[in-house]
Amino acid sequence: MRDDLAVFRDVGRVHALAEAIARLDPGRPVRLMHVCGTHENALCQFGLRDLLPAWLGLVAGPGCPVCVCPASDLDLAARLAMDPRVVLATFGDVVRVPARTSLAAVRARGADVRIVYGASDAVALARALPAREVVFFAVGFETTACTTAAALQADPPANFSVLCSHRLVPPALDALLGLPGVAPEGFLLPGHVITVTGLSAYRDLASRRPIAMAVGGFEPVDLLLALKDLVEQVADGRPRVGNDYPRAVRDGGNPAAIAAIAQVFEARDAAWRGIGTIPASGLGLRAAFAGRDAAARFGLVPDPEVPDTTPGCRCGDVLLGRLEPEACPLFGSGCTPDVPVGPCMVAFEGTCAARYRHRRL
Amino acid sequence: MCLAVPMRLTTIDGVEGRAEVQGVGRTVRLDLVPGATIGDWLIVHAGFAIQVLDAAEAAEVMAMVAVALEGGPP
Ligand code: SF4
Repeated sequence: MRDDLAVFRDVGRVHALAEAIARLDPGRPVRLMHVCGTHENALCQFGLRDLLPAWLGLVAGPGCPVCVCPASDLDLAARLAMDPRVVLATFGDVVRVPARTSLAAVRARGADVRIVYGASDAVALARALPAREVVFFAVGFETTACTTAAALQADPPANFSVLCSHRLVPPALDALLGLPGVAPEGFLLPGHVITVTGLSAYRDLASRRPIAMAVGGFEPVDLLLALKDLVEQVADGRPRVGNDYPRAVRDGGNPAAIAAIAQVFEARDAAWRGIGTIPASGLGLRAAFAGRDAAARFGLVPDPEVPDTTPGCRCGDVLLGRLEPEACPLFGSGCTPDVPVGPCMVAFEGTCAARYRHRRL
Repeated sequence: MCLAVPMRLTTIDGVEGRAEVQGVGRTVRLDLVPGATIGDWLIVHAGFAIQVLDAAEAAEVMAMVAVALEGGPP
């Protein structure tokens, strides 16, 4: 399989696919959206947009879970971290994201903030530090939510709890389609999210709102196959849900992962940074796991006064695909990955960060 | 943090295993892929295997691409 990966990057195949897409020219502009930071990174890394015909636009939507994590949740995490009993464990990208403060800033003031690779590492930390309270700040889409769920089901020690900020992709797509000036003609669906969830939620969405959808993987051939599928759907006016990443995506997803999410979490209305509240788009712990809720354990509630965005930052527009990062007045001058103003420049999957890393010099 | 990478499962020890890619190895939790066996290619995310890659499907996609390259029906 690994050897096969080379064929998914083969230049001849990539160019032939790009030409096959160009031949589908419908004689008008077509605007598609992806909702995955890893897609943005692959598009930039392999220079794929340069291969696409001028009539085909592919904008980035809210596909970076760190970027959409609301400032009030980041603030809650920072306040938890300031509690001397607490060791706050989370993903590296989350630590640097600016809100009212950042986890990096409170760490500099003495808070015990640790970077972990995932929930199971945070559980291991809790085992290693039995006298401390380890709080895992859980950010991410379904791909990550299933790992948090599995860690909680594996009977972690009593000093382990979770601050849960997981988000779900389908309700966000539904919401985007209702926003004027945002709705694309087709969604390039995030391969790894759908590896977990399968396609049923997207078929439901398609039955309510006809729109082209295709699941794409992350190698150039995978991505171009999905784009070709989307353009074909748009051109023939028969939207469907295509699976162009079948080596990872099964129709029913990963049943064990779906069950883990369903047993541990329930859907709740949730805020997306720069976008607002989207119904049933977040995950909260079910009653059986309420004892693992870090906010309840430490008696903290979100502060509604925390400003969601930084003045001057256009992340809200970038996250909705309304603005190309390069068009933000701060891009590359006032805002760089070293000195980020907004979340989209901090996270590896942020659209601004991906564009900056791969900018032409 | 959302990066998920393909890795090959080399050993299994209960609910954990060891997976490798290009000489880099790490421990992965296998809770979510109960059927995984040694030699499988896994998608690994945040320390957990979240799916087993299907080699037959990978070959099929390539066959599809070959057809597309010849200008035949997609
Ligand atoms: S370039 Fe910086 S300031 Fe502008 S939208 Fe992106 S993150 Fe925000």
